[in-house]
Amino acid sequence: MAVLEADPPATGDRRRLARRATLALLVLLLLTAAASLTVGAAEVSLSHALADLLAGRDLDLRARVVLWDIRLPRLLTGILVGAALAVSGAVLQGLFRNPLADPGLVGVSAGAGLGAITAIVLGGLLPPALAATAGPWLVPVAAFGGGWGAVLLLYAMATRGGHTSVATLLLGGIALGALAGAVSGVLVYMADDDQLRDLTFWGMGSLAGASWTKLLATAPLMALALLAAPSLARGLNALALGEAAAAHMGLPVERLKRHAILTVACAVGAAVAVSGGIGFVGLVVPHLLRLATGPDHRGLLVNAALLGATLLLLADGISRILIAPAELPIGIVTAVMGAPVFLAILLRRRLPEV
Amino acid sequence: MLQIRDLQVNLGRRAVLRGITLTARPGRLTAICGPNGSGKTTLLRAACGDLAYRGQIRLQGAEVATTPGPQRAACRAVLAQNTALAFPFTVAEVVRLGQSFGPAAGGPDLTARALARVGLQGYGPRLYPELSGGEQQRVQLARVLTQVWDPVAHGVPRWLFLDEPVSSLDIAHQLQIMQIARDYADAGGGVVAVMHDLNLTAMFADKIALLAQGQLLAMGPPASVLRDDLLGRAYGCNLRVSTPPAQGPYLLPQSARTPAR
Repeated sequence: MAVLEADPPATGDRRRLARRATLALLVLLLLTAAASLTVGAAEVSLSHALADLLAGRDLDLRARVVLWDIRLPRLLTGILVGAALAVSGAVLQGLFRNPLADPGLVGVSAGAGLGAITAIVLGGLLPPALAATAGPWLVPVAAFGGGWGAVLLLYAMATRGGHTSVATLLLGGIALGALAGAVSGVLVYMADDDQLRDLTFWGMGSLAGASWTKLLATAPLMALALLAAPSLARGLNALALGEAAAAHMGLPVERLKRHAILTVACAVGAAVAVSGGIGFVGLVVPHLLRLATGPDHRGLLVNAALLGATLLLLADGISRILIAPAELPIGIVTAVMGAPVFLAILLRRRLPEV
Repeated sequence: MLQIRDLQVNLGRRAVLRGITLTARPGRLTAICGPNGSGKTTLLRAACGDLAYRGQIRLQGAEVATTPGPQRAACRAVLAQNTALAFPFTVAEVVRLGQSFGPAAGGPDLTARALARVGLQGYGPRLYPELSGGEQQRVQLARVLTQVWDPVAHGVPRWLFLDEPVSSLDIAHQLQIMQIARDYADAGGGVVAVMHDLNLTAMFADKIALLAQGQLLAMGPPASVLRDDLLGRAYGCNLRVSTPPAQGPYLLPQSARTPAR
């Protein structure tokens, strides 16, 4: 983060700055990832395990379980979720032309939350045979379905005659979020104590449930969104000038909006399904990067993925260390880390206008 | 050539433009004049392809409504009345955006030349939101210029559509911007500009389309359109057009009303 607040170079082109930041962030992510593998309730020596691996020896059982079955899927899930949330935030902020937009705005989070709560509260009503097989999948699948359902409904509402109104998308998202919140409230009212505990913890987010099977189910969607996002960069840059000016430059504006929404729905739907409600990553990460290397989305989206992944791993590490051997929900950590940063940015931005 | 035939544009249920037929030629600066609400900007937006319309709008022979966006963008660039920037890009980043979407994309960087053209040498690294309104407008013009940098390419003219290009500029920069438009036309490109200032229009335009209440009141060279009767009908107030003598000093009779001190 040494690049924060650098002045634009003499040519006014900050692309080299962004590329240097990409390298720095990549190194930072690798370091954080290595640290994340060594941190946790169980003492496992990463260097011993690596030495074993390099020497062609089998890992001892304890190292294999802790590193391979628990920490590695958790690490990869953390990287993907962090990257997905941060990139979604950057894409939505570009789409809404507003640096305060976040993935919660287009109804994905609210829809996913409603899906998850429905699964937690009403899951017990399923026939026992089905509940046994669906068991661990029920909440993620319901969350993903809820998230996608909300986005598609919202997109359909905001699109008329081939034109998608961004204002309707934004306000409709708020209305839909309130509605989903109300229905969720009814379900919460119906829930018993165990279910209440489950859904409270779901809402605060966690990577603790990460496993290879869950990762394999959700990774393709997040990876797809992350790979598709850079193709939106040029269009989002043009959109910063407004829809009319972007169209005058030949940008297919409606197609860009559609692709942006689908990308975010994929990324956030899958991220929320595997990790629950994790806030502030999508809001704060793009903001910090814009301050450091400028708003050009060609660098911003790549760097957001790297910084988002790093911050989520850090937050996950903190959540594991702070009250070890128990774990703090990661959503609490991201909020505690993110909210002050966000406030600081907000207050600093306000000063020159006074 | 920009050919508009029997154009009607509705905004909501109201017909904002009716029965407009006019032609703007490359190599000429065509001004669209008229009072507020007469449909000037609507006419320009329709020609940009922003609005649904009835009738015909052909730019270089291609019907605007059915031409794909990138093809339109290669042929004409548009300077809108106000362009709000969502994020703090630098001046150079804004200008480069124009080139990256035009036919000169990937070619030698035009940013410095375009900025010099609009009188903003060395402004590249400045942050756009920190500029004054007039400077921002000139940055936008630089961006628009880089999109269609060569007024003629392979014998085909390119076009500048300008909506009140001098509205927030001081008089020196008004003259400078109008001269850029003039030069573009003189080099063979087409320029269509919505204008409020009739003096500047008289000075720089080859042809004036005078609109009133959504209809074309007159079309022709400044001397035939800027007439007392036409302006009076268009703007609804008594206006007196005058010309200074070709030689010698002159003064305006209004100055006689000010008491001598």
